[in-house]
Amino acid sequence: MLELIFRYEFMQNALLAGIIIGVICPAIGVFLVVRRLSLMADALSHITLSGIAAGLLLQKNVPLLQGINPMYVGMIFSVAGSLLVEQLRKAYRFYQELAIPIILSAGIGLGVVLISIANGFNVDLFSYLFGSVIAVNRTDLWTIIVVGMIVLIATILLYKELFALSFDEEYARISGIKRKWVNFTFTILVALTIAISMRIVGILLVSALITLPVAAALQLSNSFKQTIWLSICFAELSVLGGLTLAFYLNWASGGTIVLFSVLLLVIVLIVKKRV
Amino acid sequence: MIIFYDKGGNHQPGAKPMNSIIECKHINFGYGSNEVLKDIDFVVEQGDYVGLVGPNGSGKSTLLKIILGLAKPDQGEVFLFGKPISSFKDWHKIGYVSQKANSFNSGFPATVEEVVSMGLYGKLGLFSRLSKSHKERVLQAIDQVGLSDFTYRNIGKLSGGQQQRAFIARAIVAQPSLLILDEPTVGVDTESVERFYQLLATLHNKHQLTLLMVTHDIGMMTHHVTKIACLNKKIHFHGPPSEFQQKQSEILAEAYGSHMNLVEHHH
Repeated sequence: MLELIFRYEFMQNALLAGIIIGVICPAIGVFLVVRRLSLMADALSHITLSGIAAGLLLQKNVPLLQGINPMYVGMIFSVAGSLLVEQLRKAYRFYQELAIPIILSAGIGLGVVLISIANGFNVDLFSYLFGSVIAVNRTDLWTIIVVGMIVLIATILLYKELFALSFDEEYARISGIKRKWVNFTFTILVALTIAISMRIVGILLVSALITLPVAAALQLSNSFKQTIWLSICFAELSVLGGLTLAFYLNWASGGTIVLFSVLLLVIVLIVKKRV
Repeated sequence: MIIFYDKGGNHQPGAKPMNSIIECKHINFGYGSNEVLKDIDFVVEQGDYVGLVGPNGSGKSTLLKIILGLAKPDQGEVFLFGKPISSFKDWHKIGYVSQKANSFNSGFPATVEEVVSMGLYGKLGLFSRLSKSHKERVLQAIDQVGLSDFTYRNIGKLSGGQQQRAFIARAIVAQPSLLILDEPTVGVDTESVERFYQLLATLHNKHQLTLLMVTHDIGMMTHHVTKIACLNKKIHFHGPPSEFQQKQSEILAEAYGSHMNLVEHHH
């Protein structure tokens, strides 16, 4: 029964892309969650939406850019948005969480206006919002592979700096870690992760894949490394389980993946309570 | 005093004598019109064990921040190991233990081993990873503070005293020459405080560590340190504990105001 999945090229693409984002979303997510920045993923995914909308608009109205992949524009917006968040956090030193709703609403407002100008409320947009396995073509897959690898390698290389900064920023500064530089790189990594994940789970659901597996892992783990590994396991289970289920039941893939990770979280919480 | 000469044999006027580990020169610092530190001249020499005391709001924490390069003075200069702080790069020579209470989120998923390893990160530099000998060094430091049985435990689940010892292990794992502690005994139970002072004494005597500790606990501290500095916007006293005890009432009246009574407590 399972081999049916592999017969379709779109399912191969989706599964491969899913496996990659199943690693990087929770790996980045662990650092976001322990730094109490879980909502950052939401803010950046909404600004990615305006990027996608801008991409669709350019595609339609600028003949030269007809071939442009809206995902790239989304990525650019996401990176720009992440830098704006940093600036806003500086401007509101005592209300740092304010940066997130500001960016979030600006992103969605701009997105909706751009979409309406582009006359783009259609199926294509729907797939960006909620994810779609059919939407992942070979070009998307290659982008996901390349960007995913960059994010993964950068995270591994910066592991100890990110860990130290997450645990205790002041101490990390004193021990000579270049805080600004590492934080800056990390924000870009978050932006890239969101931009490439939205093809599978959709803009509105990306943050679930970044935070839910980590939430489940936090219940069970003692050490930081264990938290990362468990989060990745939970995310992979959700992605593969969700995609398979969505395929056979003809459900929306993004939603199924997210429901799968909610289910895992609930199971973990129940098991933890019993023990 | 050792005079520092360069290779050519000329006396360098800018160079600091090698035995001063920390040297603050004419430090002034304020938040807006509020003057916090006024013309501070403060030296910690190699082998010193300095207790820095002062009332709340006396600028102790600010002075530490300036020494650690976390804040910039409005005027004046700081030299660390003889180098101006702006060009000082050997941060691994300095171990730092902050106030336990506000230093970390106790739900953080990290083991004692992982936290102590952090102490080596500055020395390692970007992109490099812990080697086998580094890992052994981490276990050694954990053993030194008596936490071997808790190496792989989650740090959030330890007692306040144990957490503080884990942070000491993190501060000494890179084998620093100077250890700076900011009110390390706040929120730690009395019995652990006693053990804590013993540990510091060992580090000072056996491992020749220079120590600078900010503390509220004047009574306890005078029995352990080699020098006391009393700060309230300016340095009111800096000398050995014996001298401090002789002039105690005057110094404290000057620094804390006249209604300060010292409660001596022995544990």
